[in-house]
Amino acid sequence: MQSRHDHDFGTPASPSTESVTLTIDGMTVTVPAGTSIMRAAAGAGVMVPKLCATDSVDPFGSCRLCLVEIEGRRGFPASCTTPCEGGLQVRTQSSKLAELRKGVMELYISDHPLDCLTCATNGNCELQDMAGTVGLREVRYGYEGLNHLGSQKDESNPYFTYDPSKCIVCSRCVRACEEVQGTFALTIDGRGFESRVAAGANENFLDSECVSCGACVQACPTATLAEKSIIQMGQPDHSVVTTCAYCGVGCSFHAEMQGDRVVRMVPWKDGKANHGHSCVKGRFAWGYATHPDRITKPMIRERITDPWQEVSWDEALQYAARRFKAIQEQHGRESIGGITSSRCTNEETYLVQKLVRAVFNNNNVDTCARVCHSPTGYGLKYTLGESAGTQDFDSVLESDVIMVIGANPTDGHPVFASLMKKRLRQGARLIVVDPRQTDIVRSAHVEAQHHLKLRPGTNVAIVNALAHVIVTEGLVDEAFVAERCEPASFDKWRAFVARENNSPEALEAITGVPADEVRQAARLFATGGNAAIYYGLGVTEHAQGSTTVIGIANLAMATGNIGRRGVGVNPLRGQNNVQGSCDMGSFPHELPGYRHVSDDTARALFGKEWGVTLQEEPGLRIPNMFEAALDGSFKGLYVEGEDIVQSDPNTQHVIAAMESLECLVVQDIFLNETAMYAHVFLPGSSFLEKDGTFTNAERRISRVRKVMPPLAGKADWEVTQALAQAMGYDMNYQHPSEIMDEIARLTPTFHGVSYDKLERLGSVQWPCNDEAPEGTPTMHIDEFVRGKGYFGLTEYVPTDEKVTRKFPLLLTTGRILSQYNVGAQTRRTANNAWHSEDRIEIHPHDAEERGIADGDWVGITSRAGQTVLRATVSQRMQPGVVYTTFHFPESGANVITTDNSDWATNCPEYKVTAVQLTRVSQPSEWQANYKRFASQQIGLLKAAEARAKV
Amino acid sequence: MHIENLVHMLNQIEAFFAAEEDRDVAIEGIRNHVARFWEKRMRDRILAHLAAGGEGIGPLARAALEHLAQPKVA
Ligand code: SF4
Ligand code: SF4
Ligand code: SF4
Ligand code: FES
Repeated sequence: MQSRHDHDFGTPASPSTESVTLTIDGMTVTVPAGTSIMRAAAGAGVMVPKLCATDSVDPFGSCRLCLVEIEGRRGFPASCTTPCEGGLQVRTQSSKLAELRKGVMELYISDHPLDCLTCATNGNCELQDMAGTVGLREVRYGYEGLNHLGSQKDESNPYFTYDPSKCIVCSRCVRACEEVQGTFALTIDGRGFESRVAAGANENFLDSECVSCGACVQACPTATLAEKSIIQMGQPDHSVVTTCAYCGVGCSFHAEMQGDRVVRMVPWKDGKANHGHSCVKGRFAWGYATHPDRITKPMIRERITDPWQEVSWDEALQYAARRFKAIQEQHGRESIGGITSSRCTNEETYLVQKLVRAVFNNNNVDTCARVCHSPTGYGLKYTLGESAGTQDFDSVLESDVIMVIGANPTDGHPVFASLMKKRLRQGARLIVVDPRQTDIVRSAHVEAQHHLKLRPGTNVAIVNALAHVIVTEGLVDEAFVAERCEPASFDKWRAFVARENNSPEALEAITGVPADEVRQAARLFATGGNAAIYYGLGVTEHAQGSTTVIGIANLAMATGNIGRRGVGVNPLRGQNNVQGSCDMGSFPHELPGYRHVSDDTARALFGKEWGVTLQEEPGLRIPNMFEAALDGSFKGLYVEGEDIVQSDPNTQHVIAAMESLECLVVQDIFLNETAMYAHVFLPGSSFLEKDGTFTNAERRISRVRKVMPPLAGKADWEVTQALAQAMGYDMNYQHPSEIMDEIARLTPTFHGVSYDKLERLGSVQWPCNDEAPEGTPTMHIDEFVRGKGYFGLTEYVPTDEKVTRKFPLLLTTGRILSQYNVGAQTRRTANNAWHSEDRIEIHPHDAEERGIADGDWVGITSRAGQTVLRATVSQRMQPGVVYTTFHFPESGANVITTDNSDWATNCPEYKVTAVQLTRVSQPSEWQANYKRFASQQIGLLKAAEARAKV
Repeated sequence: MHIENLVHMLNQIEAFFAAEEDRDVAIEGIRNHVARFWEKRMRDRILAHLAAGGEGIGPLARAALEHLAQPKVA
């Protein structure tokens, strides 16, 4: 069922710009042409009874409850399927209509279990409401006829049940799965009385194609599809709008509450990033927030082999402050630093970099964007002048050609993928550049025109080959380039890509993609209408990540596909607030708003506000911190909400760096892998426990709202503030809104942002300032942020990570729908039902050569290390390429990834590691050591908890 | 700071800017990149390595480092 807090207009809004005027029950109503009578009436406050219609899907006209009378027309048309016309006179109530509606309801109710009092949706059931609305008082047919009351429930999905006895076969669920989610998992099986909803062919929900997005559950007007949490806990008593804390789509949700307990999360219809849709993570996987593993007491210890000691907040903070100060006294100002989190709010991230810059008084601050989208920041600033995507998500609905490069949106950015699939079903054409056959290449009613199945590590070569075709076949948008771009840079670029060595034919041997396919894709991209590029970590996490981003921006500029709706360069950001954490000055060389620390004016501005003199030297990036730690010149680190030990490459190197620190302070909600090397643990708060904002991949700033008190007593921003105070700095915000006010004061692109405005508008896309008081959905409209667009030269340089006889396969990594990054959250939910271990995917040919069968244990060895995973033999892979996810720490996926990184930003080359695979019978040595160490650390934690209890 | 890593990173930067045919522009690009993104410890280390002969450093990067002696960002 939908949220009681969302209004249901019955049918979707009409996009028409023309309007028509009619009368409904004597009222004059003006609506966009194409609006249904039902929706027009709802807009005027008249709720026509309905069952099979809901405004998330197209009307179907099956229940016949929404009948109306139209002056001068015969019969009783269904108001959900009848569009408004000028001059119509509509009546929604008459004695005849009442009689007809009662008749319809009688039929429905005669085949419905009358257990309303004990039904899960009691209090929020449309069938119940309609029975009340039509005044149903008796059922003449009795209840004894044929019915479905004995039907079996399907409880296989961990989050919702399907109870066929309550189904009224309205097909709202089927349409939601098709139109909203785009998975086509459901059908109506059978005919007439026999007809029932079915997931796949005789499968249960869990085993079917269903991806558990919850759209059908929301659309269901009865208790047939119902959340298990509602069945268990009952209906919510209030609701608070907030933002999902998983991926960079940034979906808005109603957190439906009973007191301070979450009952369910339902996507908010007015959320501008998601329009009422969600995926399995945001919708269902929120239980981690109250998981027993949560640590709610600050802890300290002298050495990492000592047991933890639970202490008061004050003691923990004083201890951390004392150690940090002592390190700086002994080893110098630059010997400590901090890491901000893309999971935390903008306000919290801002405070951590402020702590580093103003209190530690250096620039040793970095963020997990280092390991994902730092090349985006570099490449887009280099070419366009701003480190961010150019569009809003809805822009894709105006694209004619969509090019997806190195991104797997159906798994990584599922709600945006649904929107993209909707556009593809409407006829837009698709080019996919990816070594793997991801789901978007071919799924229900979606098929890529071109899948450029390149070898990992050859993105730049492909982008150059595409550019070569555009330039040499006369497909450049000369007028756009002449008006908008730097002519000298364009001329150089044109000459560069036109060289024969950049032709698809010359590069075929390198990329593995047939030249003809590349030529066709380039022609389609340049001439197929509005063309938009969406890309992900498959672009950035390479030795030439930044070069590819530059190449992508070049392609968009050369074809004039930037600066309006339907086009653009769109990085699909991994984490909920990765855009925000970059905006907030988390990089060691940039103050908030991407101003270089050497910029005297910017530094003076911040210095004045913060009452300190700021350093002009860039600080250490995360991998540089590790190196400096191993060198002995970097000794103290404050890590907020990030698990560098699990997520950063070459685990053994990272661990050695952690072990060399004199003081590691970890602030997190769980004892993550990094915390096992910490001296101070400061308990963090989940997104449900604090106020703040997140900024999604479309630069959209949305509110995060506190629905329960922080389990450990402090929200993360309060902890950072208290640490600053303990170090002797006066930091005193009463509420995150004050932090945002400071950000707005100091950052031109945020000048117009305030909590009041967010309250009013729901969300806003930066830049938001005097020139754009309501925000900026599309960037670079009349000119680029840097003035003229700059074409960068993108020479293809093969990665050093080459296959050899010893390491003949290329490993690439990625994530899947149900788990999220290091898995700290999703592993602590029932999402494990879909993915309970990381596996190594291998092509049948490579598997056979090595005697590996599906499910076998396989040793994976690289130049950096070895680990063992179970094999999945799959045609999705190309021969020579293997793939794994990295959601489980014991998998040790990053034990094998190497230190290689992007030339410009040091973003790790996660996507290319040369490996060898062999069948084995036992875990790797690293895994055995890991198991021992982890259980020892858990022991030290349990001992602390036990001691605190006595 | 393993010097081999720094040399490797520097040569990667060189490889990007080397696409530029105007040698001075390429050198300036490398110099600026190092000045804007490398922390002082890294710059000091690579400059010390350069002073000691600069083994492994590519020609353009070498020229860029020579310009970096006064490490003020352009
Ligand atoms: S949960 Fe989503 S994918 Fe699964 S059947 Fe329902 S709408 Fe389809
Ligand atoms: S499961 Fe719900 S939405 Fe689907 S047909 Fe039955 S009653 Fe309608
Ligand atoms: S798509 Fe992303 S933001 Fe939306 S619900 Fe799923 S994880 Fe959350
Ligand atoms: S709501 Fe219109 S026919 Fe069902």
